[in-house]
Amino acid sequence: MSYKNFSTQIDADGIVLATIDVPDQTMNVITPDFITELVQFADEFNSNDDMKGLVWASGKSNGFMAGADLTMMSGISGEVTKESVETAMSLSKAFRKFETGGHTARQIAREGKKAKPVAAAIEGLALGGGLEIALASHYRVVADSPAVKLGLPEVLVGLLPGGGGTQRTMRLLGLQNAAVMCTQGKNLDAKKAKAQGLVNEVVEAGTTIEAAKAWVKANPKTLAPWDVRGFKIPGGSGAMNPKSVQFHMAANAMAMEQTKGNYPAVQAIMSCFYEGSILPMDKALEIEVKYFVKLLSGDVSKNMIRTLFINKGAAEKGAQRPKSVPKIDIKKVGVLGAGLMGSGIAHVTAKAGMEVISLDRSMEDAQKSIAYSKKILDKSVKRGRMTQDKADAFLARITPTDDYNMLKDVDLIIEAVFERPDVKADVIKKTEAVIGKNIVFASNTSTLPIGGLAKNSSRPEQFIGMHFFSPVEKMPLLEIIPHEGTGDLALAAAFDYNKKIRKTPIVVKDVRGFFTNQVFPPYVNEASLMVTEGVSMALIENCAALLGLPIGPLAVSDDTTLKLGYDIMTSTQEEMGDKYVPSGTEDFMTNMVTKWNRAGRRFGAGFYDYDENGKRLDLWKGMSDHYPLLDEQPDPEIVKERLLYALLAPTARTFAEGVVPDPQSADLGAIFGLGFPPYTGGPLSYIDTIGMEAYIEISDRLAQRHGARFSPPVKFREMAKAGKTLYS
Amino acid sequence: MTDAYIFDAVRTPRGKGKPDGSLHEITPVALAAQVLEAIRDRNEIDSAEIEDVAFGCVSPVGEQGAVITRTAIMNAGYSNTTSGIQVNRFCASGLEASNIAAAKVMSGECDLAIGGGVESMSRVPMGSDGGAWPTDPASAFKNYFVPQGVSADLIATKYGFTRDDLDAYSVESHKRAKQAWDEGRFKKSIIPVKDVLGLTALDYDETIRPDTNMQSLGALNPAFSMMGENFGFDSVAQQKYPELETINHLHHAGNSSGIVDGAGALLIGNKDTGERLGLKPRARIRSMASIGSEPTIMLTGPEFAAKKALKRAGMDINDIDIYELNEAFAAVVLRFMQALDIDHGQINVNGGAIAMGHPLGATGAMILGTMVDELERADKETSLVTLCIGGGMGTATIIERV
Repeated sequence: MSYKNFSTQIDADGIVLATIDVPDQTMNVITPDFITELVQFADEFNSNDDMKGLVWASGKSNGFMAGADLTMMSGISGEVTKESVETAMSLSKAFRKFETGGHTARQIAREGKKAKPVAAAIEGLALGGGLEIALASHYRVVADSPAVKLGLPEVLVGLLPGGGGTQRTMRLLGLQNAAVMCTQGKNLDAKKAKAQGLVNEVVEAGTTIEAAKAWVKANPKTLAPWDVRGFKIPGGSGAMNPKSVQFHMAANAMAMEQTKGNYPAVQAIMSCFYEGSILPMDKALEIEVKYFVKLLSGDVSKNMIRTLFINKGAAEKGAQRPKSVPKIDIKKVGVLGAGLMGSGIAHVTAKAGMEVISLDRSMEDAQKSIAYSKKILDKSVKRGRMTQDKADAFLARITPTDDYNMLKDVDLIIEAVFERPDVKADVIKKTEAVIGKNIVFASNTSTLPIGGLAKNSSRPEQFIGMHFFSPVEKMPLLEIIPHEGTGDLALAAAFDYNKKIRKTPIVVKDVRGFFTNQVFPPYVNEASLMVTEGVSMALIENCAALLGLPIGPLAVSDDTTLKLGYDIMTSTQEEMGDKYVPSGTEDFMTNMVTKWNRAGRRFGAGFYDYDENGKRLDLWKGMSDHYPLLDEQPDPEIVKERLLYALLAPTARTFAEGVVPDPQSADLGAIFGLGFPPYTGGPLSYIDTIGMEAYIEISDRLAQRHGARFSPPVKFREMAKAGKTLYS
Repeated sequence: MTDAYIFDAVRTPRGKGKPDGSLHEITPVALAAQVLEAIRDRNEIDSAEIEDVAFGCVSPVGEQGAVITRTAIMNAGYSNTTSGIQVNRFCASGLEASNIAAAKVMSGECDLAIGGGVESMSRVPMGSDGGAWPTDPASAFKNYFVPQGVSADLIATKYGFTRDDLDAYSVESHKRAKQAWDEGRFKKSIIPVKDVLGLTALDYDETIRPDTNMQSLGALNPAFSMMGENFGFDSVAQQKYPELETINHLHHAGNSSGIVDGAGALLIGNKDTGERLGLKPRARIRSMASIGSEPTIMLTGPEFAAKKALKRAGMDINDIDIYELNEAFAAVVLRFMQALDIDHGQINVNGGAIAMGHPLGATGAMILGTMVDELERADKETSLVTLCIGGGMGTATIIERV
């Protein structure tokens, strides 16, 4: 037989070389058609006596095989039936047929049946289902090459490796290492994979097929270790083994600490280990598929796949980039200002291999960007993550200067000078006098409208906003803000630059606070309001953690400083005059910043106490002197709901107002800019998941109890009436 | 319903539950058999009169497996007609076994029965029976499992006890245990344990340290901070109790119950059978109760078990003369005293498991027996005996002197 997804060639020894080359895919992925053919091939291979053994290899230069086609998975409906479970099991069963030679456990144990040898020859990445094919082979040979990356990343989109991945890693590596691999989704390189026992042999790149064939030839009949009588999981297993009991106890608690119970995939993986370690392989594999189907039919994986894989990927590929503009090759970037943001921007630019001219008022100020990067690089070198040579070359790409003439031949300007219109205006004029006519000028600002700044530009159509987040090298989001007069060239340049620094970009309207800075303040205000009402600060912080936020609202207020919130509040009050809408936290903020000396972490005190090095200590006990604690504290569910809706409400409002063009952007912005819990798929995915009617009902209830800030937008009410969802 | 009476109570001394403990060489079956022999022989009854024996045992595997009670009955030379059951209610197993024996009498199933318990913690370590509760993710995640030590620290944190509070309580436990021994308060029930040659292996509670003081306890490191902080259990506890900023790790080896070996038994029957066999009723079972409560904080169950037992007896707090609550952890007792407003002078008057140890399956029977003795010695009328239990349970028994 011949197959579309892989070619099969039989050599003189009867060894089949199956070269996987899935059609119409840049990378090998598991598609429904691939599964169908694999099932057929398993039967052919086991029954055809001319086929003595098998070596899996890849026909694509970019690796062995990535996992399943997630785009396909996102289309699978939620209905679970016996038939759908049977279908889901077909891949795992086909793998198992290669492993056992199609023999039952009884035939193997009683009749001494064995399988024909199967080996995998891996020259590049093998992830998810791709690695599972290799794990279901009797022997794995990988190339001694940095291109080799072996991992099971399913957990990152709310799934588990359902093709035997949990069961075979556990049986090869033992519980501990298998748990790390499956619950964290991190990759192993060739050396580590060998050391842990995931692969059998590491050979020179380009020779894996040869080595795999040699092993197949030398082992005409074989079995997986777990099909041999007396097999024991390395390190012990089971509910009576003191070592594995301790492992399960601690691993469960540590998983709960990490997930707060919000990621069902992690629990399901732990269950696959626990239950699977007690069962024989065939039953264990069935259990694994059942947990896989359970996850696949749940909301979390659907939302995670959509936002974190499909929509994130599309945004990063430049879904919003104007197609009419040819690709702009940015090699050299002028970064104006070497403060915290400017230095961070210079760092990520140089990291992406671009040259940076780091300009500031004086040479001394400009040098700060060098010091900034050096500190990070020194750490990497010290930890062995980077060689000194590479670090030196990295630093050499940043040229500090106080001379505008140095900007003459840059391909892009990113301005990150002091947030004052007059300072920015001056810099814009001086820069435009030097740079080329077609060069795009991007302004990094979190508070000033881009349109206003563009008035200082002689080429406003080439002027655009880029809102980076601090610390730039760590925060994954970039808000790209075209003002009304921004042209396609500027937008395209912003995307092409972003593609190099590999942030997740969203396009946002030029309004005060853009997107993220409109959503964030109401959330931290809500936490402050609760404090003034007498809600325990520990309860607030822990409830945020339970929701899955990476840091509590009070801690993050301290980090961004209450002083900043206070300054923005007072300047907004001045600017808006009578039109200012009070948030209810005005007195509280004023007291904290001007009376009680608790302006934030940088000032040594805020909601928390800090030591002299800025290390966070306990929550401030003095708070209850000013705002006595309620005798009866609210139920944690109520606090969680209020915090969650304090994020949902401004997201809904800004989306309804068109600040972001689509739900995808809002969800990506909230997750990657604000740390909104990823398991939800983002705030708008969350609303779709609970249903628009439920969202409106809860919002109305909260609005009645706490204020109109929770009221859902009119547009949402209309959608609820029409039975519409945010995502189509 | 028939009244159940306690005719006698015996226990072994408690040996340090380590390889250097005096009872380490004694098998758990031998421990159990020796108390069964003693209670039969000193009451001079034909073992055929004893219809059923319920023994608590918390790690019923290995040499404590296969219904250790029946093995002990056979080895003690009882009549073939005496049946045996092994009971596991975690730390209250010994009390539960006594309650079962009492219930059998009350219901008319038996005229005479034995309740008791055994645990050789040095030979069959705690946790040897595994269990799905902490290990199976389906249960551990759902039920916010934390180990008992973390629960005890959670109680201390939530109810505001300091390390000094816990340590001061523990110093007193040793002091009281020492005084009880000095005054011979345990004399009636202690059965010296014999080795294979019939020589005495142990005739006193081995872990009492009369010189224990605030300084010596102050030097001990918290026992559960590593578990809580490094293995995620503090986070799990806080997920269930999000009002707590941190979990204060205050318990240590010196203010928690000791790991020991031992066994105990009580002879329980109806009045007529007692009279027929010439047994003197020493106490009457007034009521018994078991409850479940929130499993993460786990060890606050005695409060609710006590209330239920009082209600069933038609009594209130003021009707109880002395309380006995197993000293699993100092905070457990302090919380019970706080919740029911009980004076320290009224509870654990002869010390407890912090000084003498907690042989898991046996403790409940031992402390019930201690109260039978103490009511007579102190000329009191009523006592409530209770223990905190894994999984948030609680068991309590109220007795009155006859």
